[in-house]
Parts: sequence; C-alpha cells; structure tokens
Amino acid sequence: MGRTLAEKVWDAHVVRKGEDGQPDLLYIDLHLVHEVTSPQAFEGLRLAGRPLRRPDLTIATEDHNTPTLDIDKPIADPTSRTQIETLRANCKEFGVRLHPLGDKEQGIVHVVGPQLGLTQPGLTIVCGDSHTSTHGAFGALAMGIGTSEVEHVMATQTLPLKPFKTMAVTVEGTLKPGVSSKDIILAVIAKIGTGGGQGYVLEYRGSAIRALSMEARMTICNMSIEAGARAGMVAPDQTTYDFMKGRPHAPEGADWDAAVAYWDTLHTDEDAVFDAEVFLDADELEPFVTWGTNPGQGVSLSQTVPDPDSFADENAKAAARRALEYMDLAAGTPMKDIRVDTVFLGSCTNSRLEDLRAAADVVRGRTKAENIRMLVVPGSARVRLEAEAEGLDKVFTEFGAEWRFAGCSMCLGMNPDQLAPGERCASTSNRNFEGRQGKGGRTHLVSPVVAAATAVRGTLSSPSDLDPLPTSSDAASPAAA
Amino acid sequence: MEKFTTHTGIGVPLRQSNVDTDQIIPAVFLKRITRTGFEDALFASWRKDESFILNREPFSHGSVLVAGPDFGTGSSREHAVWALKDYGFRVVLSSRFADIFRGNSGKQGLLAAVVAQDDIELIWKELENHPGTQITVDLTSKTVVCGNLVAPFEIDDYTRWRLLEGLDDIGLTLQHEGEIASYEGSRPSFKPTTLPARS
Repeated sequence: MGRTLAEKVWDAHVVRKGEDGQPDLLYIDLHLVHEVTSPQAFEGLRLAGRPLRRPDLTIATEDHNTPTLDIDKPIADPTSRTQIETLRANCKEFGVRLHPLGDKEQGIVHVVGPQLGLTQPGLTIVCGDSHTSTHGAFGALAMGIGTSEVEHVMATQTLPLKPFKTMAVTVEGTLKPGVSSKDIILAVIAKIGTGGGQGYVLEYRGSAIRALSMEARMTICNMSIEAGARAGMVAPDQTTYDFMKGRPHAPEGADWDAAVAYWDTLHTDEDAVFDAEVFLDADELEPFVTWGTNPGQGVSLSQTVPDPDSFADENAKAAARRALEYMDLAAGTPMKDIRVDTVFLGSCTNSRLEDLRAAADVVRGRTKAENIRMLVVPGSARVRLEAEAEGLDKVFTEFGAEWRFAGCSMCLGMNPDQLAPGERCASTSNRNFEGRQGKGGRTHLVSPVVAAATAVRGTLSSPSDLDPLPTSSDAASPAAA
Repeated sequence: MEKFTTHTGIGVPLRQSNVDTDQIIPAVFLKRITRTGFEDALFASWRKDESFILNREPFSHGSVLVAGPDFGTGSSREHAVWALKDYGFRVVLSSRFADIFRGNSGKQGLLAAVVAQDDIELIWKELENHPGTQITVDLTSKTVVCGNLVAPFEIDDYTRWRLLEGLDDIGLTLQHEGEIASYEGSRPSFKPTTLPARS
C-alpha cells in the first residue's frame, strides 16, 4: 500500500523501531531554540554533565521577550532581560549559533528558519514552541515540543514518538478576492474544532492549496496546532523550490539536484489511505473572524455573533456563554458592527513580507480611523529591511500605524506590547484565548487584509467594505470638480 | 523521575472545556529560568476571582483535577505542568487532552488520565455534592475511584510503564547511542547544517 507524505518523512527518520507498544526513536534534523522554553533544558544538560550533541543542527533566536521599540537600549523588565542573557550565556557555553536582538537575522523563530533556507522539505524540525507546525509548509515534519523534549533533543538529537494518524484536509476551488489562507485555516478549525486534529498530522492538499504562495502555506500550517494537530504539512512543489533556491542554507550545485530528486518523492501516493478526511470548498469561503475565546469559535465576517443555545453540545453551550461574557458581546450582533481599539499586524502566523504587502495595499492612500491604534510588527529584522526597501514602512506610518522592530510582540502578552484590560483587538495572530494578548484583553483573529480594512473603518471590516479610493484620473481631471 | 503507582487526594471539579495553557499559566510567568516555584502562577488570572474553585475550601488542598474536554490546548509551555505539580496536583482527569500537554505531563510524572465524559460528569456531581471527596487513581489497574463510582481510564502503555518505573527518557535513549551514531552516518550530504553560518 502507498504511503502518505507524513509517513514517508517519518519512515526516513526512524533510528530505532519501537517494539511492544514502545515509541519509535526519530532523528531530528533541525532544532530551533528561543529564550523561553530553553533555560531549564540547558540547565538539565549541565546538571547531568551532558554535552549538546549537535550544535550544527541547532539555531537560536530571541523573539518572545524582546521589545519592539528602543531595541538598542537594555531590556527594561529585569526578568525578561535575565532570560535573554541566560540564552546568550547558554548558547556561548554549548556552542549554539544565536541571532540576538539587533542582529540582521533576528526575528520570530518560525520566520527565521525558512528565511535562512534551513527549513527544507523532508526534514524533521522541532522547537519548544507549538507553532513549529509552520515549517510543515515545506513538506517537513515539524512540531512543537515541551522543555523536557527540548533537553532530550539537545542531548540525543532524537525524540521517542508514537506514530501519528493522518488526516487529509482538501481545499478545492479558487479563493475570492479579499479571501486569504488565514480564512482557510480559521474555517478549518471552526469545522473540526480545537480538538479535531488531536493525534493527527494534517496534510493540506487540493487545488486551492497548490495555488498558494509559501508564505500563505506557512500561515495555514502554523495554525494546525489550533485544531489540536501537532503538525500540518503541504507536499513540496515548484513553488517550494522557487522559494528556497539561493537562500543562505539551501543546497547548492550537485547537492541541490540530489535534494530536488529526493523532494520530488515527498508526496502522498495515490493509493495511500488517510485515517480521516475533511473537505472545504474555496469558492464558498468568505473572510473569517473569531467571536469567542478559542480559535474554533469563528464565523464568516458577514455573519452575526452566534447564540450559545444554538450549539447542540452542553459543553459548547457553556463555553460559548462564558466566551461572550468575556468578550462583552451579545448574541445576534453583526460581526461588522463590532468596534475595535487596536489592530495588530504581526506574529508567526502573518508577519511575512507578503502579509505586510497585502495589508499595505489596503491602507495605501487611506486614513486610519481615529479610535484605532495599529501596530505593524515585521516577523524578522530581515522582513523589516525588505519592507522598508519597498517603502511599506512609509505606507503604514503615513496611514497612522506604528512601525516596530521584529518579535512576537502583541501575540502573547509577554513583552511590553500588550492590550489593556477590556481593550478589543483585531489581530492577525493565532490565539484568542482569555488574556492572551494582555490581561483582560479581547481578541478577534483575522487575516492581514481584514486587519487593515478594520483599521480604516474602526469596526471589523473586509476590504470590500471600503469606499473606493478616488482614481488618479478623478483627481487630475477638472471635469470631476 | 519519581515513581507513580497510586494516588489518593481531594478531587477538584473544573467544569470547563478548552482549558488552554495560557489559562493554566499566563505567559508573563514564563520569564523565569527555573523549573520550580510556579505554584503562584497556576490559573493566575482565574484565581483573582474569589469564587474560583481553588479559592474555596477544601478544594484549595486538591491534588486531582477533574476538567472538561480538550484540557491543555494551545502553547507547548511545559510550565503548565510544572505549575500544576508545584501547586500540589498529581493527576488530571479529562475526556481529551491536547497532545503536547499530555506528552509534557508524562515527562514530569503528572498523570494525565483519559476518562469518558459521562464518568467525568458523574465525578463532578459527586465532588460538588460532597466537597472534599477523595479520589483514588490506580495506575496499575488503570481505574479511578470516587465515592461509589469506579471508572476505567486510558493512558498509553509506554507512558504508563515509564511512570510506574519512574524512568528518565534521556537515559533510556542514550542506551541506543550506537544506533543513533549509525543513523547519523547515513544522513545525505544535502541536509542543512546551521554551522558554519552562511548569509
């Protein structure tokens, strides 16, 4: 019988097959490290007198704790500063390459890996961060791990893992203008629920997925964990190779040819069988937005806040009631009537150059709604530089948004960028949990273009809700006056 | 790791689904570089509410948390497990756990036992009608006893064995050093390395 993409990558990394219900021991090709989930792992190595086995398969960056303003000054919060300093000392002691704040390759760990060309098809990639699923967009088996596992990988470059089940998420058709990959994944999560992917690796396939850029595929794979799946994957294709070619750590010469020959085998065989299948019609999709406090609580932007009693399951009813109370929303309110205070464009979900371009195209030549503060936070120092080279920083600042330095920023309420209690945010990030963006903050997850349109109107909006801009011929023509 | 065979302690009913790890421990507490001392961080936001279950006697002395489905979703932070353990919890019962949380629990000796939702509902009722009821969780027989209820629970055999024996994963893996080295020798040359750095 044929094998799925996930099974092929799995099989290629088995160091030792588990017997009698024991897990397989899998080799790890790339270990990404950041300051939050690594200090206790490094300490564990030290206490046990163990070396870090493969520094040359390990790379670290600073992202969660870092400020996005005044990055040339010492970090104000002493505990954050200590954690960053601890990472620097640990990387030095164990010989790990580190891109610290201020370095041109610093940024969110899941933006940095692909940008350096380290994220490649067919690899096993882990990181002490649940959004490691992002890297599956390249056809890698990539998953978030806990700190004990971080230490395990540091010590052994392997992980004992139980085989996953596989789920095909097939998206066929063509997305309408203004509908993006973020809307696809929010719709998938609403469909299968936050626990629907538990125990599975998701494989995203179908014509709508094939038509997506690498950035858009990363957005989808990134939020696999929000459906409960530890990993999500897309089979590599010419789009993948075009993205990778020429990046600093992409293979070169004969190695490139050998790699492509291997990568070409990384697709699900026609006679392979998935353990579960889900279908989505891209033609039907509209911009999607969350109303509640978990990523599965979402609707189309044109719909209303649902009535908790409309849910069949008692737990879902109770969860919806609680969510509406926390979000200060009444059932039946049109989503587009909801006023927001803050718009956050950033995070490992949507902070790549393509995301910034898409949002800039919406706000260019427009004025920000007065009640809104908007933060634009590039995913990496390099994305920031590339955006500035295109003048995107000017588009955003002229619009009235703040142009920040790279980091996780307002995604997670850990650094200075946080919502105030009661503040409502349209956010391109990945989690709308209670207090996620700051204690008492209220989050609506949206795509970059919905975030941008919301910043224009002050209420949750899609670009199609905006008044057309006067065309240049209108402005130039005396007849128009 | 400490061995786990059986545990008896006060059950705490947490009638909520989708308890994500941001609720178990908010990110602001993740700046610490230690592996212990997180008891104050457990459910930090919810504990500000006086009516929250852990602010009520005798539940504040609980050691078996009984939660709704999809417990531990979201962030991979192992701090969630450390905070539960530091507070005094030894067992969490739920009908469904997030994968990473369940894995982290197994590494730290916190028993994440999968109990059918119907049984969870019965346990909730028992704990609410008789606060302070002790729950006994037996890993050998894979059963939970609460009042008159005896319910089975699920846990994968490997994690169960490791918990019963109190075994450390890294030590187990390093017994296979020869196989790791042999695999390493066969990796194709086109696979990337982070060193030397290229730009």
